[in-house]
Amino acid sequence: MVMGTVTTARKTRWALLDIVIVVYALIPVLWIASLSFKTKDTLADGNFIPREWTLQNYADIFATNEFIRPLINSIGIATIATVIAVGLGMMAAYAIARLDFPGKRALVGVSLLIAMFPQISLVTPLFNIERELGLFDTWPGLILPYITFALPLGIYVLSAFFREIPWELEKAAKMDGATPAQAFRRVIAPLAAPGVFTTAILVFIFCWNDFLFAISLTSTEAARTVPAALSFFTGTSQFEDPTGTIAAAAVVITIPIVLFVLFFQRRIVAGLTSGAVKG
Amino acid sequence: MSETAERQATSERPGGPAHAKPGKAALSEGKKAERRLALMLCAPAAIVMLAVTGYPIAYSIWLSLQRYDLRFPDERQFVGLDNYVAVLSNSYWWTAFGTTMFLTVVSVAIELVLGMALALAMHRTLVGRGLVRTVTLVPYGIVTVVAAFSWYYAWTPDVGYLANIFAGEGAPLTDRWPSLMIIVLAEVWKTTPFMALLLLAGLALVPDDLLKAAAMDGANAWQRFTKVMIPVMKPAILVALLFRTLDAFRIFDNIFVLTGGSNDTSSVSMQTYNNLIKGLNLGIGSTMAVLIFITVAIIAVIFVKLFGAAAPGSDQGGKR
Repeated sequence: MVMGTVTTARKTRWALLDIVIVVYALIPVLWIASLSFKTKDTLADGNFIPREWTLQNYADIFATNEFIRPLINSIGIATIATVIAVGLGMMAAYAIARLDFPGKRALVGVSLLIAMFPQISLVTPLFNIERELGLFDTWPGLILPYITFALPLGIYVLSAFFREIPWELEKAAKMDGATPAQAFRRVIAPLAAPGVFTTAILVFIFCWNDFLFAISLTSTEAARTVPAALSFFTGTSQFEDPTGTIAAAAVVITIPIVLFVLFFQRRIVAGLTSGAVKG
Repeated sequence: MSETAERQATSERPGGPAHAKPGKAALSEGKKAERRLALMLCAPAAIVMLAVTGYPIAYSIWLSLQRYDLRFPDERQFVGLDNYVAVLSNSYWWTAFGTTMFLTVVSVAIELVLGMALALAMHRTLVGRGLVRTVTLVPYGIVTVVAAFSWYYAWTPDVGYLANIFAGEGAPLTDRWPSLMIIVLAEVWKTTPFMALLLLAGLALVPDDLLKAAAMDGANAWQRFTKVMIPVMKPAILVALLFRTLDAFRIFDNIFVLTGGSNDTSSVSMQTYNNLIKGLNLGIGSTMAVLIFITVAIIAVIFVKLFGAAAPGSDQGGKR
């Protein structure tokens, strides 16, 4: 880097800039959290920090199926979709990173296309197909499109990670008499675990965040996930302003994301940027 | 490119020249086994992806040629291109199209500038690098709907801190232009970090020596940025732009929560959704779906054509 001696003034300037960035990133999150802690009377006071604190909103959402059921749906659907997408993605990424076969470019091309695919274009046909197959408003009805849109991301990130693995070990395993499949299972899979884990986080975040499929392909609480349910919230009773409960529910589904980010920052950055530049 | 050569070299090594005659036969046997394994490994992913995207898009082209309204299923019939005429001559569609284009161009432009600044800050900051990187991931990771609700309440009169500071007595989310600005704000807040991370990866490729040499030759900071950094980062910038442009064009969540598409703030995705869920009109909905698909394809082609070999499609195709 082109810079002179590191002075205190310089450090202070950077620190100030850092503070600006931190504020930028956190304000909307702190605001929704603040709303969730406000009492019903102070909800509309426009204060950034609650004047009176309460946990009532949280107690309310966990007292009704309106939130618990979608929360279970969200967790179940995102987890299952993540496991399947990462499993299938691992297989394909291994082949792409490691094996020589015809159609590799086509596969990469197709998954790149899907990554850029306008999801709304699928909503109308999927709505009708799922209605006819009885998948509408069920878990598999959401899991399938999630897997599909998570796969390109998974293949992308995983094949980048797989290229970094010391492949001599695989060769050694093969020399010891392992078949390619055994070499994959016994040697490479454990080595690839960190990359797989990172991919799983990214895929989970994608499934957890989806809104379009969640409101289009569900109609009841049978499969509606939290982001979709939020927009149908009515509060504890029909005529109550749902602001506080929406805010509380929003905070609850934000917690896992914030935890992932806090603990796996380095990995997530590596995963997001792998493949983007160097391939 | 060297990677491909290397890969070939490795795959040929088992057959090596030491035992030439049996080696050749074993090599092609091994190659076959390798291909079979590769196809088996790729098949499930490929089948799922094609079944859930390829088939529905073909089906939606078929539906778009029919009059098909779920409220009047008996009137289902083949109508040729009538739906396309109906949509393309509808002013609501063109308003939504214009809105979508506006939101895409404005938010991606702002994101590029902010994202670059953020990437530079993350790259060069002397203090708290880990903290800054962690914190910028929050907007990326957070559920879009949650962030949208946060902005919605922030701009709701009385309730929101921003409305009370900036909007005075008005309700910004009930007018078209203020609404669009807030949608841009929400979009930019959420996706700038992603843009910044992609750019950061490109920034890491800029050699320090090159920057030092440029500085020695008397280039000032701005010249170093435009003449040295930008050219080296070009592929990263293009990837980021392409991804974000196509992503922005699908904008839905923010609009749904912030305005519900009222006051002409609807995007093409919103229009399609409304047609399906509120109108239950599969013919028209499919027509819109196909039109959006075509538009996205055109945008992608323009990117690839404009930037030629540097475009991500060709780039990654070669490397993967």
